[in-house]
Amino acid sequence: MAVDFDLIVIGSGPGGYVAAIRASQLGLKTAIVERENLGGICLNWGCIPTKALLKSGEVFEKLSHLGDYGLSAEKPAFDFAKVVERSRGVARQLNGGVGFLMKKHKIEVIEGVASLQKGTPAPKVQIALKAGATRTVQAGAVIVATGARAREVPAIGLVSDGDRVWTYRDAMTAKAMPKSLLVIGSGAIGIEFASFYRALGAEVTVIEAMDRILPVEDEEVSATALKAFQKRGLKFRVGVKVTALAKTATGVSLTVEAGGKAETLTAERAIVAVGIEANIEGLGLEALGVKIDRGHVVTDDHGGTGVAGLYAIGDVAGPPWLAHKASHEGIHCVEHIAGKAPVKVHSPIPGCTYAQPQVASVGLTEQAARAEGRKVKIGRFPFRVNGKAIASGETDGFVKVLFDDATGALIGAHLIGEGVTEMIQGFVVAMTLEATEAELMATVFAHPTLSEAMHEATLDAYGMVLHI
Amino acid sequence: MTDILMPALSPTMEDGVLTKWHIKVGDTVSAGDVIAEIETDKATMEVEAVDEGVVTELLVAAGTEGVKVNTPIARLQADGEAARPAAVAPVAAPTAAASTPAPAPIVPAAPKAPAAAAVAIGAPRVFASPLARRLAGQKGVDLASVTGTGPHGRIIAADIAAASPGPAKAVSATPAAAASRQVLSLEQMGIAPGSYDLVPLDGMRRTIARRLTDSFRDVPHFPLNIDLEIDRLLDARARINGALEARKIKVSVNDLIIKAAAAALKGVPEANASFTPDGIALHHHADIAVAVAIDGGLITPIIRHAEDRSLADIAVSMKDLADRARTRKLKPEEFQGGTFSISNLGMMGIRSFASIINEPQGCILSVGAGEKRPVVRGDQLAIATVMSVTLTCDHRVVDGAIGARFLTAFKGFVEDPVTLLA
Repeated sequence: MAVDFDLIVIGSGPGGYVAAIRASQLGLKTAIVERENLGGICLNWGCIPTKALLKSGEVFEKLSHLGDYGLSAEKPAFDFAKVVERSRGVARQLNGGVGFLMKKHKIEVIEGVASLQKGTPAPKVQIALKAGATRTVQAGAVIVATGARAREVPAIGLVSDGDRVWTYRDAMTAKAMPKSLLVIGSGAIGIEFASFYRALGAEVTVIEAMDRILPVEDEEVSATALKAFQKRGLKFRVGVKVTALAKTATGVSLTVEAGGKAETLTAERAIVAVGIEANIEGLGLEALGVKIDRGHVVTDDHGGTGVAGLYAIGDVAGPPWLAHKASHEGIHCVEHIAGKAPVKVHSPIPGCTYAQPQVASVGLTEQAARAEGRKVKIGRFPFRVNGKAIASGETDGFVKVLFDDATGALIGAHLIGEGVTEMIQGFVVAMTLEATEAELMATVFAHPTLSEAMHEATLDAYGMVLHI
Repeated sequence: MTDILMPALSPTMEDGVLTKWHIKVGDTVSAGDVIAEIETDKATMEVEAVDEGVVTELLVAAGTEGVKVNTPIARLQADGEAARPAAVAPVAAPTAAASTPAPAPIVPAAPKAPAAAAVAIGAPRVFASPLARRLAGQKGVDLASVTGTGPHGRIIAADIAAASPGPAKAVSATPAAAASRQVLSLEQMGIAPGSYDLVPLDGMRRTIARRLTDSFRDVPHFPLNIDLEIDRLLDARARINGALEARKIKVSVNDLIIKAAAAALKGVPEANASFTPDGIALHHHADIAVAVAIDGGLITPIIRHAEDRSLADIAVSMKDLADRARTRKLKPEEFQGGTFSISNLGMMGIRSFASIINEPQGCILSVGAGEKRPVVRGDQLAIATVMSVTLTCDHRVVDGAIGARFLTAFKGFVEDPVTLLA
């Protein structure tokens, strides 16, 4: 049967557009459907623009510590509109970059909203074009890469109104700097916005239902992060349940329950950061018989949905909801579709939070390892005794590593401090290559670097630490 | 060093025939040069170089069928890279007008170059992750018997988890084929599904299949037969066992054969040898590997320095090794690294047979049953206990005359065991 394309990708986020490029490299005639902005949430409304904001906040906050470095400046100030505009400029640049990449790889970009209908060898894709009219195309295979959006809970008022109650999208395009802010949820997104607005001087309170902040991280990291954030003037309420969010004449009023007692917290603005929801609606997935579990498309090892020719990758196919996980799955899925029999390697997926201090981790936490009943060797090394950290005046935080006791396999790494979102990659490479403590010990780390703490933490796990 | 990989000429191509090389080892290629021709079921296409450099190895022979997409086919050394000892490309001869669909071997790695230090003789390098190596050591899995599923066939931890512990015999002397033989399915060959039970291949069975296929195909082997009269040997055995009774040691016919073979190897050292790409290794000691049948296969524990050991010592060691072999308790060094093998099916009534060379050993002796047979003495018929033995020789090391000299010496010791004392 004649097809219009070998592959159609629905959604052009870091999962979809990377999958499309790989498909083009493999000689597949490829189209990509996007309903809004090329690059998806990541480049336009997520990873990238928030890093731009955080950098502005970080530089500004540094200005108030210039004395530590023997420097001084007169009346540091910021122009909030310009800070936001810089972030938008960064997003625009990368959005244009994806457009260029699509052209370079001869990938047809179809602007519109896609839905699926029964078809052979893959479901037909019907696109309500942005320009009007409908276009129906048949491809050899279809990848659903529609991503996810902020989870909202209307029943208790956790819904964006674009004015006083924000999701991440409103929070990165705010018109004015709020004086006070409630951040509901202490995952990576909540913590990054809390860190940014605090850096510019807002009174920020973070509300977390679990008993600690950054609840997916190792407990020691959560505890150290809490102290470091409190030192910066952030306030936290952990183990409290949000029962209602209401708008008032001057801002928002949040009712919480803590230890059986109701309390009311008020602020000018609130950010809802209580998780995300996959974009599974409107695609016609149910009619095709695609299995959905807890709001996500169920897939096999290669992204297959069980419906002939239909695949799903990235956020829509389940956690962890991370751009790099989506790209990785996209490439694997396309290679599978192209008959390349991609090698299935157990690839550990790192996670990074770009607050001050930064947090980065890969593999099992100590708690998860113990819950699995594994015997582990644990090593730690604090930055306060690392030469480079002392010279830089960035001595908060530590490196913690976990090795399997029986085999020496590196099974987890948990870092907090300056620069750790780059350092983590060393551990990710090591884990992907199935390194043991022996290879890490035998690796020569450049001096002076923060990364030396990775070596020392490894040595510490085996009672050989040098600088403590 | 850059590997040139088998290209995919279409999105669906899985493998193809490398029909022709346009380059040879030592050639300098630049990006865009035509280096080879590849044929799929659809078309023949020229392959162009993407990188530039000097060709150091051709890893696949011209004419090889079924070369999988993305397997390395040649190796380039970029300008300025330190020169590695030039490896002779281990290109197997193309299977001329092959009548079977079996692919020619894809050679996984170059043999050790002549200039390289004399490490393990020509052992092909095994690519395995650090964790996989450690797990293999802990679990007693022989890496050479594991098929890697990681990138470029690298062995990863999951492959070891899936492997069952089991020894390979000795390390292969030739960089033998990694590709398994492709045959038609049983169904395609007319055997109905459901008409048989399928016993999964364990590590030992895979090792046996791979090593013996390699050996039988790649080693030029031939058998030499001789008959031995063993009445005096049996008599000697009875007297020896009488003497050893107090020590509760029993010497078997096989123990005497081990001792006689070791003594013969001492006399004809050319038969105690291994072929290597760098030369013929003449072993200093007769480390005799003895095939022991065990559940699910066989294993060859080794009597080391057999030429220097007493019969009682050999008998005790052999019993211990055989017992532990049957319970799979042997350590790798107890079954790897023999210099000569003996396989004895006499106790099972086999009169004569020829074993397959156990690489890298130059010879294997197959021992049949001792039985009363008519023999001619002068012009008279007489009865003697006769045993037929066959020596399979690797012709690269042991020519017919050397094999014959060994068998003559061996016959001398067996037929007149008292000379073992000399």
